[in-house]
Amino acid sequence: MDISVKEIEHIADLSRITLTVDEKNTFAKQLTNILGYIEKLNELDTDEVQPMAYATFLKNVFREDKLKSSFSRQEILELSPSSANGFFKVPKVIE
Amino acid sequence: MKYEVVMGLETHAELDTESKLFCGCSTKFGSEPNTQTCPVCLGLPGVLPVMNKKAFEHSLKAALSLSCEISEFTNFDRKSYYYPDLPKNYQTSQNYFNIGNNGYVDIVVKGKEKRIDIHNVHLEEEAGKLVHPETSGANYSLVDFNRAGVPLLEIVTQPDMRSVEEVESYMQTLRNILLYIGVSDCKMQEGSLRFEASISLREEGSNVLGNRVEIKNLNSMKAVLKVIAYEISRQSSLLDKGEDVLMETRLWDDVDSVSRRMRSKEEAHDYRYFPEPDLVPVWIDQEWIDETRTTIPELPVSKRQRFVNEYTISDYDAGILTDDKLLADYFEECVGLSQDSPKELSNWIINDVLRELNERKTNVQDFIVSPKMLVDLVKIKPAIGSSIAKDVFVEMINTGKTAPSIVKEKSLTQMGDVSELNDIVAKVIDENPKAAEDYGKGKKSALTFLIGQTMKVTKGKANPKILTEIFKEKLSAGSK
Amino acid sequence: MLSHELSANQIKEKIIKREITAQEVIEELFEWINLKEPLIKAYLCLDRDGAFLKAKEVDKKLDNGDKVGLLAGVPVALKDNICTVDIKTTCASKILEDFIPPYDAFVVKRIKEEDAIIIGKTNLDEFAMGSSNENSAFHVTRNPWNTDCIPGGSGGGSAAAVTADTVFMALGSDTGGSVRQPSAFCGNVGCKPTYGRVSRYGLVAFASSLDQIGSVTKDVYDAALLLQVVSGHDGFDSTSATVGVPDYISDINNVDGNLKIGVPKEFFGEGLNSEVGSAVMNALEIYKKNGAELIDLSLPHCGYAVATYYIIATAEASSNLARYDGVRYGHRSQLSEDNIIDMYSRVRAEGFGSEVKRRILLGNYVLSSGFYEDYYLKASKVRNLIRNDFEDAFKKVDCIISPTCPTPAFRIGEKITDPLQMYLSDIYTIPANLVGIPGISVPCGFTNTGLPIGMQILGKHFDERKILKVAKLFENGTDFHLKKPELN
Repeated sequence: MDISVKEIEHIADLSRITLTVDEKNTFAKQLTNILGYIEKLNELDTDEVQPMAYATFLKNVFREDKLKSSFSRQEILELSPSSANGFFKVPKVIE
Repeated sequence: MKYEVVMGLETHAELDTESKLFCGCSTKFGSEPNTQTCPVCLGLPGVLPVMNKKAFEHSLKAALSLSCEISEFTNFDRKSYYYPDLPKNYQTSQNYFNIGNNGYVDIVVKGKEKRIDIHNVHLEEEAGKLVHPETSGANYSLVDFNRAGVPLLEIVTQPDMRSVEEVESYMQTLRNILLYIGVSDCKMQEGSLRFEASISLREEGSNVLGNRVEIKNLNSMKAVLKVIAYEISRQSSLLDKGEDVLMETRLWDDVDSVSRRMRSKEEAHDYRYFPEPDLVPVWIDQEWIDETRTTIPELPVSKRQRFVNEYTISDYDAGILTDDKLLADYFEECVGLSQDSPKELSNWIINDVLRELNERKTNVQDFIVSPKMLVDLVKIKPAIGSSIAKDVFVEMINTGKTAPSIVKEKSLTQMGDVSELNDIVAKVIDENPKAAEDYGKGKKSALTFLIGQTMKVTKGKANPKILTEIFKEKLSAGSK
Repeated sequence: MLSHELSANQIKEKIIKREITAQEVIEELFEWINLKEPLIKAYLCLDRDGAFLKAKEVDKKLDNGDKVGLLAGVPVALKDNICTVDIKTTCASKILEDFIPPYDAFVVKRIKEEDAIIIGKTNLDEFAMGSSNENSAFHVTRNPWNTDCIPGGSGGGSAAAVTADTVFMALGSDTGGSVRQPSAFCGNVGCKPTYGRVSRYGLVAFASSLDQIGSVTKDVYDAALLLQVVSGHDGFDSTSATVGVPDYISDINNVDGNLKIGVPKEFFGEGLNSEVGSAVMNALEIYKKNGAELIDLSLPHCGYAVATYYIIATAEASSNLARYDGVRYGHRSQLSEDNIIDMYSRVRAEGFGSEVKRRILLGNYVLSSGFYEDYYLKASKVRNLIRNDFEDAFKKVDCIISPTCPTPAFRIGEKITDPLQMYLSDIYTIPANLVGIPGISVPCGFTNTGLPIGMQILGKHFDERKILKVAKLFENGTDFHLKKPELN
C-alpha cells in the first residue's frame, strides 16, 4: 500500500512533529517500502490465534496503598525549561 | 415539533486512596502546586507504573455495586492524546477489557422506578490541572501535577435517560452508592466527582438516534442540569429550522451558561489505544469477587425499602434518611438504643438534626449530639414537653451536655423528677375540677391559678415553664 | 599485561588482593581512554571525578578490611539510556541533551551497591533505535577492529569501549539485538537476559514489551558476574520476574548431562554471509566434539519476526516517546510560543532525528484509527505464533545456536539511506525479544578482513544459567575472545 504525503501529514499531526517538505516526501517513500515488507504478515492465517501483548506471564502485580515522600518541588522544577510560581509554564492553552 | 431527548452520562470519580495509582505520592487535595509529584507521576524518562491495590479493589467494589458483569481478564490500555496536564501524553486507562460491563442503577423518578444501564466501569489515571492566569494579556498557562496519577473511576451509562429529572436522580443515586461503599468522597467542589453528558434529540416516536453532542467540563450536578436544558433548547431550535445538529464535543462555560464548540483540531481524537505493556493483566477469580461482595454494605435503594418496612416510616422520610449513609447509620443507632419510637426519632433527625447540620455546615459524624444523647432527650421529652425539649436540644448543641443534666441544672433541678411532677399535677387537677374545666373552655387565667396551687404543694420547687407544659398537655388530652 | 587489558573479574581479584589500588586502575584507565577514545568515540560523557571518588571509597573499605561488593573497583560503563543521578542521560538525542535524571536506575543502584565504579555513559543510536550507531545525535562511534566500520547498534558505544579496553564491562539495553549485535560486531560477549529478569526501572523506554537490560563483557565469566549483580525482582517494575536468581558463577564450567543443541534452518538460509555461516558451523562442530547432540530444527514463523517487530516496537515507541514535549524537562524550542500544539510539534521536530521520527510516524500509523487490527493486532498474533515455535523447539533441545547477525560489521554509511535493509540486519536477534527468552552472543571467529563474528545461543525463559554454561564451554576451548584489535 502506498503512503501518500497527505497521509504522512496526518500521522505527523497525530505525532506532533512538524515535517519539512523533503521529510514528508522521504518518509512517504520509506514508509511505503517498510509497510510493503510488513504486508508479508498477511500470508499467515491468524484468525484462531490469540494475540500476545505481554512478554511475561505475570499477572495481578500490585503495590500496597502506602505513601512515599514526593520529590522536592525545586528539584522537579529545575528540570523544566520554563516554570513560574511553583508551576510548569506552557503557552496559553485555549479550550 | 416534539422531540425526545436521549442522554447518557460519563462520570469520573476520584477514588479514595492515600497514594496515587502508580506511585507513592499523596492524593491530598489543595496542597501547594507540584509538591505531590515524583518521577513516576511526572512521566520522567525511564519510570514505570506499579498499580495501587486499593484503587483496583475500590474499582471492583464499585463495579459490583453497580451490578456489573466482572471480567475474569482485565488489562490496561494506553489512550494517546497530547495535553499539557497529561505527563506522558497518554493516559493509562482501560478500553478493550474493562473491569465491569453491563451493569445497571435503579433510580426513582416521580415515584416510578427506572433502570439505567451501565455500559462499563473502568479504572484510569487522573490528569494534572491547568491554571489560566487572570492577568490580562497573559499568554501562558500553568500546570500543577499534584492531581496527575490520582486513581479515577469512570462509569459510563447507556443512552438511557430521557428527562432532566432522570439525569438528576441518576447522578444522586450514583453519588450515594459511591459514598455508601466508601470508594470516593465525591466532593464536587474539589473535583472528585465530575460528569460528561451526551445529548441527542430525535422526533418523538422515532427509533433512529439523532446526532450526539458531547459536553465536557461539568463540575457540578447543577451544571449538568443547566447544560441539558441549554442543549435541548439549542438543538431543538436547530432542528425546528431544519438544520442539522453537528456531531461534536462542546465545553460548558459555567460563567456565561453556554456550551461552546471545541476547536476542531483538538476534537479530532484518534486515541490509538493499545495494551499498556508496562502493566500486567489482572485476573479476577470468583473468590476475589465473593470476598469483595462481603465488603459491600446495604445499598441506599434496599436500605430505604427496609426502613419503610421495618420502622413504618414514610418512603419520603426513608429517602431522606438513606440519602446519606452516615445519617442512616445515625438513625439506626438511635433506634437500636431506644428500642422504641422510630417515627419520633426519624422526625427529630429529619427536622432538627438536619437543620442544625445545614446551619452549622457540618456532617453527622462530627455532630456533637450523639445518638445516645438524642435518645435520652426523646425519653425525657414527655416530662418536659416538646417546646422545652427543643430548647434543651439547642442547649445540648451549644454546651455538649446531655438532656438530663441540662434539665437538672437549669434550676430545673425541679425537673429532676418529672414523673413526680406529673403525679402532683394530676392531683391538683383532681382537686380543682372547676379551674380545669374553665381552662378547657378557654379561660387562660385558670391555668395561672392551677400553677399557683401546684407551687404551693411543691413549695415553689417546680419549674413554672415545665408545669405549664405538663398542664397544657394533660388538660388538652383530657379535653379530647 | 596492562591493567586495562584484564577482564573485569581479573582486575577485581587484583584490587581485592591489594596488588593494585582501585585508584591506580582508574588512573591507568583514564590514560588509556585519553589515547584511544579520540579514535573510536565510544563515550558521550565521562565521569572522571565521580570515578575517582568511588575508587577512593573502595580503597578505603579495603584498607579498613571492610566487606566489599561483587564488583569491587571494577570500572563499568553505562549505555546513555540508563538513568544516573547527577550524570546526564541523553539517549543520544537532542531532546534530552541536558537532561540530568533525579534518580538512579535499578541496575545503577545495584552496581553501586556492589562497589562498581561508573566511568561514563556510552554512545547509542538515538533512543536505542538503530543497528549501526549512526543515529546518534552527537557522533558516530567507530568499530575498533576497523574504524571505517560501524560498531553495531544500538549499543555500539558500550561494545566499542569494551573492545578497546576503555572500560571493563558495560550495561546496555536490548530491544531487538542492541546488546548482542554490537557485541558480535566488536568481538565481545553480549547477553540479553529473559524479559523480566532485570528490572527496567530507569531504562529509558523504547519498546516496553521488548526492552531488556543486558551486559557487554570481555568474556563469559564477566557476563555471569554482572548478571548476578543486576538480576532479581524489583517492586518498581510490574513486569519484573519473581523467579529466584540462581548462582550463575560458581559452576559455570559444568555443563550437566547431554547437551542438545537446536540448529534452526531459518537462521542459516538466504542472506547469510558465507564467512559468518562457516564460522558458526565450525563452532557447532566444536560442540559436537565435546559430546553435544546437534538437532536440526525449524522455527517456521521466524521469517515474519522482523515485520512483526517493526509494528510492535514502533507502536510502543510512538507512545513511549510522546512524553518528550518540552513541558516538564528536555529541549524546548527557542522560537516563539503562541500555541501549545505548535510548541509540541516544533520541540519534537527539532529534538528528534530522522530514524526516531520515522519510527514514531510508523508507530502512530499502525495504531491509528482503522489500522489497529490489520497491523498491531495482527502482529501480536504472529508474535504468539513465534513464541509457539520456540516453545515447541525447547521441548526437544536445551538451547538454540545461530549466527548473531547475517553479516559482519558493515561500513559507515552503507545502509543509512535504506531503513529496511538496516532493519533486516537484526533478523536473527529479534525473535528472542519478541518471545522474551534469553540470548547471548559470543565471539566465534573472524572474517578474512579481520572483523569479528558472533554466535548466538538462545535459551529457555529464565535459563540464563544454561546458556552461560554453553557459552563458557565454547570459550574454554577457543581464544577468539582474547584477541585484541590494533588500535592506532
